[in-house]
Amino acid sequence: MGRIQLKSVTKSFGDVEVIPPLDLTIEDGEFTVFVGPSGCGKSTLLRLIAGLEDITSGSIDIDGADATDVPPARRGLAMVFQSYALYPHMTVRKNIAFPLRMAKLDQAEIDKRVEGAAAVLNLTDYLDRRPGQLSGGQRQRVAIGRAIVREPAAFLFDEPLSNLDAALRVGMRLEISELHERLATTMIYVTHDQVEAMTMADKIVVLQAGVIEQVGSPLELYRTPRNLFVAGFIGSPKMNFIEGPEAAKHGAHTIGIRPEHIAVSESEGDWSGVVSVSEHLGSDTFFHIHETGLAETITVRADGEVGFRHGDRIHLTPRADVIHRFNAKGLRIE
Amino acid sequence: MATQHSRSVARLMMAPAVVLLLGWMLVPLTMTLYFSFKKYLPLRGGDLGWVGFDNYVRFVSSSSFWPAVQATLVIVGGVLVITVILGVLLAMLLDQPMWGQGVVRILVIAPFFVMPTVSALVWKNMFMDPVNGLLAHLWRLFGAEPISWLSEASMTSIIMIVSWQWLPFATLILLTAIQSLDSEQLEAAEMDGAPVLKRFYHIILPHLSRAITIVILIQTIFLLSIFAEIFVTTGGAFGTRTLTYLIFQRVLESQNVGLGSAGGVYAIILANIVAIFLMRIVGKNLDA
Repeated sequence: MGRIQLKSVTKSFGDVEVIPPLDLTIEDGEFTVFVGPSGCGKSTLLRLIAGLEDITSGSIDIDGADATDVPPARRGLAMVFQSYALYPHMTVRKNIAFPLRMAKLDQAEIDKRVEGAAAVLNLTDYLDRRPGQLSGGQRQRVAIGRAIVREPAAFLFDEPLSNLDAALRVGMRLEISELHERLATTMIYVTHDQVEAMTMADKIVVLQAGVIEQVGSPLELYRTPRNLFVAGFIGSPKMNFIEGPEAAKHGAHTIGIRPEHIAVSESEGDWSGVVSVSEHLGSDTFFHIHETGLAETITVRADGEVGFRHGDRIHLTPRADVIHRFNAKGLRIE
Repeated sequence: MATQHSRSVARLMMAPAVVLLLGWMLVPLTMTLYFSFKKYLPLRGGDLGWVGFDNYVRFVSSSSFWPAVQATLVIVGGVLVITVILGVLLAMLLDQPMWGQGVVRILVIAPFFVMPTVSALVWKNMFMDPVNGLLAHLWRLFGAEPISWLSEASMTSIIMIVSWQWLPFATLILLTAIQSLDSEQLEAAEMDGAPVLKRFYHIILPHLSRAITIVILIQTIFLLSIFAEIFVTTGGAFGTRTLTYLIFQRVLESQNVGLGSAGGVYAIILANIVAIFLMRIVGKNLDA
C-alpha cells in the first residue's frame, strides 16, 4: 500500500517560497517521476514527502492517514539518495541490515531478508565488502537493497543515477524498472533527465519553480503538452518554436513542431534553410538549420542515411497533424 | 618521469634537510645516553667517570619513580578523556548554524594561543586561589567551604588546567572532521529509523574515529612532557610529580646530570610503551 496525497502543500525557506500551494495524488503502485530543470523544487518536494523537511502549510496523507507531523522513520518510506549515502564504515551486509537492526528485528529474520535482497540485486558475492571497495553501480544497488529490505509503502529516489556513467545509467534504469514491476510498490523518482522520466514513468510530474506545469503519462505529455515549458522540456531534441506570421497562419501566437515531425527534401518543401551542424548518431541524424526566416535554428531529425552537408540549402515540410499551437500566454490551443 | 638521474638529484637536494633533522635528533639522544652512564655532578666535582648502569638502577629504585610514572599516566589519561569527550560535544555544538558562528569559533580556539605558563598562572591565581579565586567565591555563594584546589585536589586541578588548554585543539580537529560528514548519511540513517543517539553512535562516532585517533596520538606526545603547568602551580608537590618533572628535579635541583639522563632514557621507553599501546588500540583507524 502506498497512496500519497499532498493537499495544498507549501514550503518556504525564510521569506522565499520555493513551493507555492501544490496538490498532487500519487496512486498506490504507481511509478511517478518528478522532472524539471535544476532548482525547480523537485528534490525539495521529495524531501517534504520523506519528512526530511517540514512543510510550511498544508498536509500530506500516506495511505489515507495524516502523516504531516509523523517523523521520517515512521512514514514507512524508504529513500535512495543521490550520493547513495552508504555508511562507509559498515560492510554491505551491515549497510543493508541497518534499518532492520534499528527496527529491532531478530537476527534470523534480518539475515533472511538481507540474503534475499542481496540475491535480487546480485550482491551476494559482495556482502562482506565495504562500500569503498565497490563500483558506482554496485553502490547504487546496495542503496536500493537498504531500501527494499524495509518493505516500505513507497520508495523515494533522489536523482539516483546522476553519478553513474552513461552505459551504467541505462542498465540501472532497466533494473529499477524491473524492480518496480516485481515489487509493484509506489515509487517516486526525481530526475532532471527527461529521458529517464519518459522511459520509466507511469506518471510524469513536470515542475518549474515549485509549480506543477503538467501531470500525465509520458505519451500524454509528449503528444499534448499543456504549455510551452512542457513542450520544450519533454522530447529530445527539443521542440522547435516558431512565432510571427508563420504561427499566425495557424491561428496561434507560437507554434511548436518536433524535430522528428519535419520531413527534409533536397528539392521541395514548405520552408527552406541552410544546414549548419549535422550530428550523426548512426540511426538518426540531427540537422541544425539556419536561415529559414522562421526561427534562429530549426532542428530536424532525419534518417541516418540522409547525407546533407554543411552549407547545403534544403527544404523542410512539417507534418500538419502534429503542429502544436500556443497562445500569447504560452498555453496550448486545442 | 622519475629517471635514475632525477632521483639521485632529488636525494642530493633532500640531503641537507635529512642530515639536519637526523643531527637534531641524534646529538641530544647520544648525549643523553652518554651522560646516563656517567657520574656527572656539575657543582660537586663535575665528571666523575663511568659508572655503568648505576644511574639506571638508582633512578628506578628511588621511591619517587613509580608514583611519577603513575602521575604521568593519570594526567595524560585524564586529559585525553576530558578533551576527547568534551571536544566531540563542542564540535557538534559548533557545527550547528548559529548567529555569530565565526566569533564563537575563534573564542573557542583562543585558549590554545595562551602560553602554558600564563594559563596555569591565571588558573592558579584567578580561579583556584582559596581566598580570592573565582571558584572560592562561587563555593562561598552556595555556603560551602572553599577548596584549596592545588593542595587538596592537586591532580584534578592540573588535569583541569591542561584540559582547558588542549580542548580547543581537540575541538578544532573534530569540528573539521564533523563538517566533512555527508549530511545525506545522517538523513539516510534518520529514514532508516535511527533515533538521535543511535545516529550519533552508528554514524557520527565512526566517522570521527580517525580524527579522534589523531587527537589522541598528537595530544599524548605533548602531554607526556607537560612541565610548565606543574612548575608554576604545585611545583611537583602533592603527588603531581610527573616523570618529566622528576627528571627536571634530578638534573637541576639535585644537580645530578647522570641520574637525570638515565631518567630521560626511561621517559623515552615509557613514551614508546604508551605509543605501542595506542597504536594497537587506535592505530587501526588510520588504515584504509
